[in-house]
Amino acid sequence: MAKQIEVSDLDAYYGSHKAIEGITMTIEPRSVTAFIGPSGCGKSTFLRTLNRMHEVIPGARVDGKILLEDQDLYGDDIDPVSVRRTVGMVFQRPNPFPTMSIFDNVAAGLRLNGRRSKSELEGIVESSLKDANLWNEVKDRLNKPGSGLSGGQQQRLCIARAIAVSPAVLLMDEPCSALDPISTLAIEDLISKLKNEYTIVIVTHNMQQAARVSDKTAFFNLAGQGQPGKLIEMDETSKIFTNPTQKATEDYITGRFG
Amino acid sequence: MGRSAFRRSHGEGPFRYATTGAGILVLVIMAAIAVFLIVRAVPALQANSANFLTEQTWTPNASPPAFGIAALAWGTVISSFLALIMALPVAVGVALFISHYAPRRLASVLGYVIDLLAAVPSVVYGLWGVIFLVPFMRGPSEFLNTYLGWIPLFAGESVNSKSILTGSIVLAIMILPIIAAISREVFLQAPTMLEEASLALGATRWEMIRMSVLPFGRPGVISAAMLGLGRAMGETIAVALIFPATFTVTLQVLTGNGNSIAANIANGFGEATPIGQGALIASGLVLFVITLVVNTAARLVIARRKEYSRAAA
Ligand SMILES: Nc1ncnc2c1ncn2[C@@H]1O[C@H](COP(=O)(O)OP(=O)(O)O)[C@@H](O)[C@H]1O
Ligand SMILES: [Mg+2]
Repeated sequence: MAKQIEVSDLDAYYGSHKAIEGITMTIEPRSVTAFIGPSGCGKSTFLRTLNRMHEVIPGARVDGKILLEDQDLYGDDIDPVSVRRTVGMVFQRPNPFPTMSIFDNVAAGLRLNGRRSKSELEGIVESSLKDANLWNEVKDRLNKPGSGLSGGQQQRLCIARAIAVSPAVLLMDEPCSALDPISTLAIEDLISKLKNEYTIVIVTHNMQQAARVSDKTAFFNLAGQGQPGKLIEMDETSKIFTNPTQKATEDYITGRFG
Repeated sequence: MGRSAFRRSHGEGPFRYATTGAGILVLVIMAAIAVFLIVRAVPALQANSANFLTEQTWTPNASPPAFGIAALAWGTVISSFLALIMALPVAVGVALFISHYAPRRLASVLGYVIDLLAAVPSVVYGLWGVIFLVPFMRGPSEFLNTYLGWIPLFAGESVNSKSILTGSIVLAIMILPIIAAISREVFLQAPTMLEEASLALGATRWEMIRMSVLPFGRPGVISAAMLGLGRAMGETIAVALIFPATFTVTLQVLTGNGNSIAANIANGFGEATPIGQGALIASGLVLFVITLVVNTAARLVIARRKEYSRAAA
């Protein structure tokens, strides 16, 4: 079940360093939202606050409010572990578990959620791999290690692993930056397909990619070295790329930045 | 040779000779030691009136000399494996606590303490064993014998706290810090990328350790365990003071039976006849072979795992 995310006045810190400040936005379900902006402006940091992965870094903390539908992700009675089971994540570099087979990689999250019958596991693994457009390439070697796949295949394996537990939201942090153009296209196709079922948030440094895959785009920027990153504007992707409201956004997308 | 476009860079020549020379020197010294030991062992083995491999008694100083390695090799193997079984889970737990649970300040203090313990000379552990643990173990030994005596390990008629078990406990305590120190290093190197992979799937900290840290650290932990096992097998002083020094092959680790190769050498070398010394040297060579076999087995296990996880880092 795709869900809406509502962020209000969010700050995130690394120790005493404030990395992002005052972020307020609404992320719509069943759509793709892209985060763009110069590097160091806090896109990854913000993304990681959405599934409480930010706080696994020693000294890191968050101020503000994030609602997933009507549930406060940072509420006192909320277990971060359960948040991460609802909000899945795909990382910049593909990170399949190297000692696990392809099958076990996809089943890893399911096994965390308690015992399931073998046939049920097999069913979910197969459908997740199909959803990740990887099934045809790996169906004959499910018992081989996931680390034997190509980079693009590994990334799709990580996507299969993330969607196997049927999350409500899928976060992707520059999922194609380590991939070749063909694998990148494969992932972009996949994103377009997955948005029918999930709320997808993708960080990308590739403007064409943001334009191709996203419905909404959010532009982040920072005033200078050591300053916290801020949300400059967020709108329909077509509007951001043709007629942005802010000068900084226009400078960035036309490459006249910095 | 001829003239080559790729000239050796200046200064590489002398360095190559020096390292090659040092390597050859080490090999020559090792070969010389091996030859010396074998030359000393052979006459004793020839004079032996018993079968060296199967005989349990050890009377090489009598005439005719009769001695066999069976009881000693058995005692060495069982005492060090017992020690490893006791030490390994605790050491891995301590290492995980330091690397993944303890707050940073506490972790660095504990890490320092473990490194320190790993450097304590074994004779200290031996003395502690004799003075404290042997009397202390009387009660627990009787308890095990009475209530768990149906397990062959704890069976036996007369319980003695100077036993294989007490010696194994001392060995376990002795090898624990090394295993913990190495395991901690390995666990700390587990890639953040893999830890985050499992956390992002909704793993608790313990589940993250099982999915990401332990599989990554496994070859290192196996190496650490083998190092510990090797130390336990070769340990002399600590166990020479504790093992009962009898020559029987037995599973009953609570009784006043058992000995190890290294302890027997330490206890017997002083008053040995030349034949007796040769016999002890022969037993030392057997210890060497056992250690070699154990290490090779461990290497095979690690190599098999590596193949599966070649993209681990
Ligand atoms: N693990 C970390 N520890 C401390 N500071 C960090 C860490 N990760 C990122 N930062 C800082 O937070 C700021 C935002 O970084 P990041 O979110 O990675 O930006 P982006 O993804 O937009 O490139 C930067 O100033 C960066 O130096
Ligand atoms: Mg980033």
